[in-house]
Amino acid sequence: MPDLVWASATELAGELVAGNVTSVEVTQALIDRSRAVDDSIAAYLTPTFDRALVEAGAADERRARGDALSAFDGVPIAYKDVFVTRGVRSTSGSKILDNYLPPYDATVVARCSGAGMPMLGKLNMDEFAMGSSTENSGYGPSRNPWDLERVPGGSSGGSTALVAAGGAPWAWGTDTGGSVRQPASLCGLVGFKPTYGRTSRSGMIAFASSLDQAGPITRSVRDAAALFLVAAGGDPLDSTCLKEEVPNVLEGIDRGIEGMRIGVVREFREGSQPGVQTLFEESLTRLEKLGARIEEVSLPSFEHGISAYYLIAPAECSSNLARYDGVRYGARVDGDDIVQMTSRTRAQGFGPEVKRRVMLGTYALSAGYYDAYYGKAQKVRTLISRELEGVFGSVDLIVTPTSPSTAFKIGEKTQDPLEMYLNDIFTVPLNLSGTPAISIPCGLSADDGLPVGLQLAGPSLDEATVLRAAYAFEQDLGFSERAPL
Amino acid sequence: MAHELTHILEHAERIQALDLEDIEPTSHALKLTNVLRPDEVRDSLDQDEALANAPEAADGRFKVPRIIEDA
Repeated sequence: MPDLVWASATELAGELVAGNVTSVEVTQALIDRSRAVDDSIAAYLTPTFDRALVEAGAADERRARGDALSAFDGVPIAYKDVFVTRGVRSTSGSKILDNYLPPYDATVVARCSGAGMPMLGKLNMDEFAMGSSTENSGYGPSRNPWDLERVPGGSSGGSTALVAAGGAPWAWGTDTGGSVRQPASLCGLVGFKPTYGRTSRSGMIAFASSLDQAGPITRSVRDAAALFLVAAGGDPLDSTCLKEEVPNVLEGIDRGIEGMRIGVVREFREGSQPGVQTLFEESLTRLEKLGARIEEVSLPSFEHGISAYYLIAPAECSSNLARYDGVRYGARVDGDDIVQMTSRTRAQGFGPEVKRRVMLGTYALSAGYYDAYYGKAQKVRTLISRELEGVFGSVDLIVTPTSPSTAFKIGEKTQDPLEMYLNDIFTVPLNLSGTPAISIPCGLSADDGLPVGLQLAGPSLDEATVLRAAYAFEQDLGFSERAPL
Repeated sequence: MAHELTHILEHAERIQALDLEDIEPTSHALKLTNVLRPDEVRDSLDQDEALANAPEAADGRFKVPRIIEDA
C-alpha cells in the first residue's frame, strides 16, 4: 500500500478499485496532511473538509454497490478559487467577491464531481489570476513548500503549494499567461495547459477570455493526462469550448519518443539563471538519449510575446471586470449616486495589480490609442501563431525552460510589476497561440536546490504528443524529490 | 502607480518597431465563427437564486441608488 499522502491519483484509484483502502480513509489522510501544512503554506482560502468526507462516504457506498461513477470515484481533488462552486464561497482571490456564494458549479468542477471526486476545498491565487506569485491575492500570499520564504509561483500558487506539500494528489488551476505551468515549475510539479477550447470556461471567473484555459496540476504526467480526460470536451455553456472529440491521450503515452523531432527555440536558449540553464541543457541531452532529434528553430516574434500579452490581457480584463459594479453580486460600498457607489466599490474591492491592469487595458482600447496598442498587439499575436505553425511543419514539439528562474523570495519582485511579468516570457507566447504545453520537473537547481521546470509545447490539439514526450522524460529522469516540509 | 504604468507601456512600445503592415489581427486562437445552438427553452436560475448574492434587493429586483432624478 502506498503512502496515501504521496500516492498519485492513479495509484489511489488503483487501491480503491482493489478494495485496499476506502475513499474516507484517503480523504481523511489528505485532510490531516492539509491541516498540518496549511499554517505554513497558506494554500486554502476555503477548506471544505466536512463536505469532502461526506462525498467520500458516498463514493465508498457506490463502490461497494458496484456503481462507481468513474475510475477516479472517491479520489479527492481541490480547485483554484477561480472556479465557481455551488454554495461554496468563490473569491477568485479578490475581496470584491469575499462573500460570493455561486448558484452553480463550473463545468470543470461539475465533471469532476460527476466522476465522484470529493472536493477538499478552494485554493489561493493572485487576485483574478493576475500575477506570478500569489502575492497579489487579496488574502495574502501562499508559500512554497520547498522554502517557506519563497513564492509558490502564480497565479495558481495555492494549488501548486498544496499538491507539492502532499495535501492533495492533484488540483485544477488556470493558465492565462503561464499560471499553471510557472507555479508547477517553481514547486516541482507537472502543470498542463491544454489547447485553448479543450476545457470549458463556463464557471471560470473570467480574466482574459481569449487566453484563459483550465489545466491540471499534478505530481505525475499520467495524472495530468487522466485529469484532462475527465474534464475535456464540448460544453454547450461555453461557445468557445471545442466540440472536437478528445483523443484518449493515455493510450500510447508510454510509446516513447524515438525519432521525435524537438525544436530548441534559439531566441530563448539563453537568459535564464545559470542553474536553470544547466538543467535545460542536460534535459536536451536526455531527450536526445531517449531518441529525439534536437534541432534549433527560430521564432523571432516570441520575444514580443510579453509586450503583446500585456496589452491584450489587460484589454480583455478591463472589459471583463466591468461586471463588478456592486449591483448583482459581490461587495458594495455605498455612495450618494450610482457612479460614486460603483467607483467606491471598485476602489475598495480591487487590489493594486487589478487596478493597474484595468487602467492599462482601458488605455490600450481607448480611441486614438486602440490601433497603436491593442490593434498592433493582435497583429503580433498573428505573427506568433504563424511562426509557430511554420516551425511545427519541421518539428513535432518545441522545448524551453518553463521559467527563467527558480522560486524567488516573497517581496523580491513586488516593487517592479514589469520584472514580475518577465517571469512569463517563455509561457505567454503559447497562450497567444492557444496551443498545448506542459511543464515537468527537470531537476533541482545547483544554485539554490529549488525545482526547475522544462516546458514542452506542441501544435494545436496535439496534447497526445506533448504528454507522450513529457511522460518519456519523466520516466527516464525519475524525479522523486519532495518538498522538505 | 503612474510611474509603473509608464514603465510597462515603454516595454509594450517595443512592438511599434515591428513591420505589421499587412498582418491580419488575431482576436482569438480558434478559428470559430458564429457558434450556434438550437433555440430551446432550458432551465435557468430562478429569481431567488439570481438575487441571492445581491448587496441589496427589493420586490424581486436589484436595488441601486437613484439614477433618475424627480422631474
